[in-house]
Amino acid sequence: MKLSILVNEGPYTHQAADSAYQFTKAALDKGVEIFRVFFYHDGVNNGTRLTVPPQDDRNIQKNWSDLAEKHKLDLVVCIAAAQRRGILDEGEAKRHGKGEGAANIAPGFRISGLGQLIEAGIEADRLVVFGD
Amino acid sequence: MSEAKKFLYVNRKAPYGTIYALESLEVVLIGAAFDQHVSLAFVDDGVFQIAKGQDTKSLGVKNFSPTYRALGDYGVTKFYVEKDSLDERGLSADDLMEITYEDENDGFAEKPSIIVVTKAEMAEVMRDQDVILSF
Repeated sequence: MKLSILVNEGPYTHQAADSAYQFTKAALDKGVEIFRVFFYHDGVNNGTRLTVPPQDDRNIQKNWSDLAEKHKLDLVVCIAAAQRRGILDEGEAKRHGKGEGAANIAPGFRISGLGQLIEAGIEADRLVVFGD
Repeated sequence: MSEAKKFLYVNRKAPYGTIYALESLEVVLIGAAFDQHVSLAFVDDGVFQIAKGQDTKSLGVKNFSPTYRALGDYGVTKFYVEKDSLDERGLSADDLMEITYEDENDGFAEKPSIIVVTKAEMAEVMRDQDVILSF
């Protein structure tokens, strides 16, 4: 079984962000292949390195980064949704003249187009959507 | 790449007030380039997305409803609209935009894209899909 995951909601605002992480982690622990995790709508906010939650709370963004490192997960943030919400990688920050150090994409995430979501649906046996 | 799959985009939210409808439409437009079978479903407040006479001037946001009418040119020709959702909101099929496509298998005859279905029929449509994206 090969899965793709779609995350449509932002961290700390909506349970969907936590559920998507917990589901993905549980699937990987059971040896299920995850083709890709795609972040869309406010879900792109799961991919900013600037998140600083209180120390006694979970760090959702870091959880994803750690999971990606451990399992070589492909975490893809939608470029159109990300740009609207101020999530940039080095290339986009430069292209839009946002200045040195403005790139805030978190480790393990990459920014790409919506075609990656369609491909995730085509290539996986199941696309699991976490949203409102 | 594997053979074409059936994609269904389920639109559940009102067109304005949240960004779901607009960003769903953006996925549909990109997805149309992938040579898959694409259908749209409109349920709950999602039926307002294809309501006639949308005017967003005083909202200060773009009226993107004309885009739905252009989807036929991208091969997106099936708009399943749940009848109960219309009824519950005091709407009928007459309150929806005229959305059509040219059927290339029938001399490019202009045909309606909107198909009003019952809840049970919508369940059948969903059961028939490979990939369901719910927005």
